[in-house]
Amino acid sequence: MGTSRNYQTQGIILKQTKLGEFDKIITIYTPEFGKLRAVAKGACRPKSKLGGNVEPLTHSLMLLAKGRNLDIVTQSQTINGFLALKSDLWRMACGLYILELIDSFTVEGGENRPLFDLLLDILNQLSEPDSNETVLRYFELHLLHHLGYRPQLHRCVSCDLPLKPVVNFFSPSKGGLLCPHCNSEEDHRYEQIEAISLKPSLPLSVGALKVLRLWQSCDYATARRVRVKPELSWELERVLGEYIRYILQRELKSLTWLKELKKEIAAM
Amino acid sequence: MRLVAEPIARLIEELNKLPGIGPKSAKRLAYHLLRSSDEEAKALAEAILTLKEKIKLCSLCFNNTDCDPCRICQDKERDHSKICVVEKPSDILPLEQTGKYNGVYHVLHGTINPTQGIGPEELKIKELLTRLKDGSVTEVIVATNPNVESETMAMYLQRIITPLGVRVTRLARGLPFGAELEYADDLTLGQALENRREF
Ligand SMILES: [Zn+2]
Ligand SMILES: [Zn+2]
Repeated sequence: MGTSRNYQTQGIILKQTKLGEFDKIITIYTPEFGKLRAVAKGACRPKSKLGGNVEPLTHSLMLLAKGRNLDIVTQSQTINGFLALKSDLWRMACGLYILELIDSFTVEGGENRPLFDLLLDILNQLSEPDSNETVLRYFELHLLHHLGYRPQLHRCVSCDLPLKPVVNFFSPSKGGLLCPHCNSEEDHRYEQIEAISLKPSLPLSVGALKVLRLWQSCDYATARRVRVKPELSWELERVLGEYIRYILQRELKSLTWLKELKKEIAAM
Repeated sequence: MRLVAEPIARLIEELNKLPGIGPKSAKRLAYHLLRSSDEEAKALAEAILTLKEKIKLCSLCFNNTDCDPCRICQDKERDHSKICVVEKPSDILPLEQTGKYNGVYHVLHGTINPTQGIGPEELKIKELLTRLKDGSVTEVIVATNPNVESETMAMYLQRIITPLGVRVTRLARGLPFGAELEYADDLTLGQALENRREF
């Protein structure tokens, strides 16, 4: 950046909020500076040169000027508007969920290049016509990894023994799997304090564990080739969803909408 | 110590809350009102009170109205088989001013915004579907703003209305008058190309 008051960065627009009548505050995820908030002056005016170039779900090249409080976007040019993604309801909903995940898991500043690359890659993948749920699960799993929450899928998080090919139990609070033995001990502890209904671990089938292990260690091109049966898909969604909810201590708003949409699409 | 009398300060504060009115304009307006005649000031105050008292939502289209159903919904000359869906009441006026639309309206009062937790149930979508039930409506025109949230809603409306056998159309998107090609974003330019037509 040097001493210049102007600097250039590429970034993916995560969200925008109106500021006064004509301006917007936009939240951008950048490769060099992590998450960044900046003011897009006049972006709400119909003839604005910024307009559509600062809409969420856009990969843009931006010129910013150092501001007293927030920096100011002086120019923005779209690199990729992910138009195919934006022209399909389901994929749009997925895209918004992905953006909310990034926004919820990150704070301003804090460079995380691999996370930026993951985000960009996944939005590109989501623009492909044959993208399915795998893209969301793959993103969740790798997002967790890049933020230091990589789930332990090989050894029991309590006794550290290698996991056997049986039904094991995922513990969100411990960030990994418990073997059946350690899980029943946990059960016992919760029974003693009469809080068994609060016991937070979830059973994970051998099939689901295999898929998770593979996804954790491969690129997306390989991951998408794995055919996942609906029961398994549901199991994976639940386990990762519970883990994310445990870390964030809340449900993401766009996830509620995504789930409703899925129900409606299935009903049609 | 207060530099201005409390009633003046209070009015400045209230005016300052209005869109486009900064602290300086608020001060200028407040002193203008102070200098104006009692009648003028009272007329303004009354107009504001009457507005809040008399304006209700039309039970059919949810536009602002002082009679129910509103004048547009009551108008027998209008084509009631076409409903134009807008996000907010103030979107109706510009459409009316074009003089090119003779159907009726439906105001949703917002747009779907998944990341802010605003879903279809927060909007007047159920009420729109009710209006489509008796089969007299043949076309729904979605006139929403060109942004990600509204785009999501437009697609959602299309998804739920099409199965009812009603034609769903939307405003053509393209370059605003006075815009420059060079600065147009991909989405706008792409849609302008898609919606191109003969001279
Ligand atoms: Zn164990
Ligand atoms: Zn009406």
